[in-house]
Amino acid sequence: MDEELVKIKQLKTSFRVLDDYYAAVDDVTLTIYKNEVLAIVGESGSGKSALAFSIMGLHNRAKIEGEIYYRGENIANASPGRWNKLRGREMGMIFQDSLSALNPLMIIGTQIEETLLLHNPKISARERKIRVIDLLMKVGIPRPEKTYYQYPHELSGGMRQRVIIAIAIANQPQLLIADEPTTALDVTIQAQILDLLRQLKNEMRAAIVLITHDLGIVAEMADRVAVMYAGQIVEIADVYTLIENPLHPYTKMLLKSVPSSSGAKSRLHVIQGVVPALHKLPREGCRFRGRIPWMDASVHESNPMLHEVRPGHYVRCTCYQYFHFPDKYKEESSHGTH
Amino acid sequence: MWKLMVRRIIIMIPQIVVLSLLVFMLAKAMPGDALTGLIDPSIDPAAIEAMRERLGLNNPWYVQYWDWITRALQGDLGQSFFFKMPVADLIGQRMVNTFWLSLATLILTYLIAIPLGIVSGRYNDTLADRLITGYTYVGFAAPLFITALLMLYIFGFQFGWFPTGGSVSPGSTPGSAEYVIDKIYHLLLPALSMALITTVSTVQYLRCEIIDTKQKDFIITARAKGASEQRVYHRHILRNSLLPIAALFGYEITGLIGGTIFIENIFNYPGMGQLFLESITRRDYSVMTALVLLYGIAAIVGALISDIILSIVDPRIRIK
Repeated sequence: MDEELVKIKQLKTSFRVLDDYYAAVDDVTLTIYKNEVLAIVGESGSGKSALAFSIMGLHNRAKIEGEIYYRGENIANASPGRWNKLRGREMGMIFQDSLSALNPLMIIGTQIEETLLLHNPKISARERKIRVIDLLMKVGIPRPEKTYYQYPHELSGGMRQRVIIAIAIANQPQLLIADEPTTALDVTIQAQILDLLRQLKNEMRAAIVLITHDLGIVAEMADRVAVMYAGQIVEIADVYTLIENPLHPYTKMLLKSVPSSSGAKSRLHVIQGVVPALHKLPREGCRFRGRIPWMDASVHESNPMLHEVRPGHYVRCTCYQYFHFPDKYKEESSHGTH
Repeated sequence: MWKLMVRRIIIMIPQIVVLSLLVFMLAKAMPGDALTGLIDPSIDPAAIEAMRERLGLNNPWYVQYWDWITRALQGDLGQSFFFKMPVADLIGQRMVNTFWLSLATLILTYLIAIPLGIVSGRYNDTLADRLITGYTYVGFAAPLFITALLMLYIFGFQFGWFPTGGSVSPGSTPGSAEYVIDKIYHLLLPALSMALITTVSTVQYLRCEIIDTKQKDFIITARAKGASEQRVYHRHILRNSLLPIAALFGYEITGLIGGTIFIENIFNYPGMGQLFLESITRRDYSVMTALVLLYGIAAIVGALISDIILSIVDPRIRIK
């Protein structure tokens, strides 16, 4: 494996609700290596985006505890000036909704140029424009000279997503965080964008943190996967292990809920319930216990930790050893697959 | 751009026709006609009837409307019964005064609104923001005429800093530098009184727009590029937040019409608003209808200006 790029230790990101702080990201310890795709999966509200925003320092009013090392430098709670040097140059971010992520009143060219300008104020305007055209070409925009002068609303969703990628990679960052980059796109465009990301990663030898809830994308793109639930990482493993041999109940149920084309007529599997709201999260014990009520309460740890079950495969809470699907669940699934 | 403007101006024509019809009908619906007030009651009714026939007052309404509108288009808005002079001349004098008063008010409105809105929106929920929003609530609640009277009493009478009436001191020669300065001096207090009230909605709009824009995704994109807070505000938030303010500019003009009617009467400022109220109390119909028509056209032009400004600043509205 390549060298470490980002090392996160016991990160806790809390938001203020009324007078108390509630952690949206809790006790996250994670290493991101160079030239890998690390997928972070979990349902809405599990803290995936909050974690990504913490790494980019984009939280406005959050309390950040713990350490985030970027190439050995602790950047958790770094000064705004330091962040402005890191963001856009060392790390880039790709957003989900390409229409709202671009300034509606600025032409595409200016928006991409801004990233270049902020980190290399010395290059001339002409040189900048040439580089922007190059970037547009690199992300697969057919007529870059024309697109340069267009406004976001004049482009299609796929084209806009390419522009967002061009902004993120303008300065060849080492870390690329893609926050559900294909959620707003249709399937064929989605495949094109994923291909582009993979190709760029190989060119730049950058690390990509891919935040998604689409396990199909994970299987296709990721080297390693971290599964998050209620602000915590419940399981980390390389992608093959995680899909072939998941351990944590949440991972198992998540994989089970992927609709398969072979059993198209079967009912979709649903994990009952939702992630509890931030201020209602159980702060003690296994956070997933509320959604597997058929299991004996004694199987959970009182203070669940990440256990390394095999090298590189971590899982939280001992409840995985006793996990079984509820009886009804089993019946239906055997029904569906046959 | 040009296409949009031409299209927009063409739409204006039917609007103005409908407006003029409405104004004409309303004027006709009022009891009495031009002769009722003009002529001594001791005159023979047959003579009045003959006069009516001669003036075309017995014609069907559409003929009368056609006569009125063709004359109005030539600049002949009729005769003021009270001043015994052409309405066009009468309004012409007053219009210049009202124009300057409105312009001064507009400038002051934005001079107050933009800095206050920016501070309030950027530093929302701080003490400064609370003070500014507090002021806007008072401004929303306080009627314009009460504020104007208070301003007049405090700064005009108590402190004596400003003149309390008129648009220029008697005896100044038009055209000289002193004349211009004197005019501005007379404008300031009424314009400021009006601006203090009309500005509050703009402050609130700007504040809300900034708070709204701050949370937009493209602001996060800008931060993710490594832009400093200062740059994010100047390059991304401000321009996007000023857009709706620019769009409201034309409607601000419509708002001024109502404002000047109060202000000119309170400050005894000889403008169109004062003339309007006077002509209502004097039943000076021809002046009234002409003024209503002009106010209506001003409102329509205001909306046109809004649309044109918006098409310039917002690329999404431009038609290719």
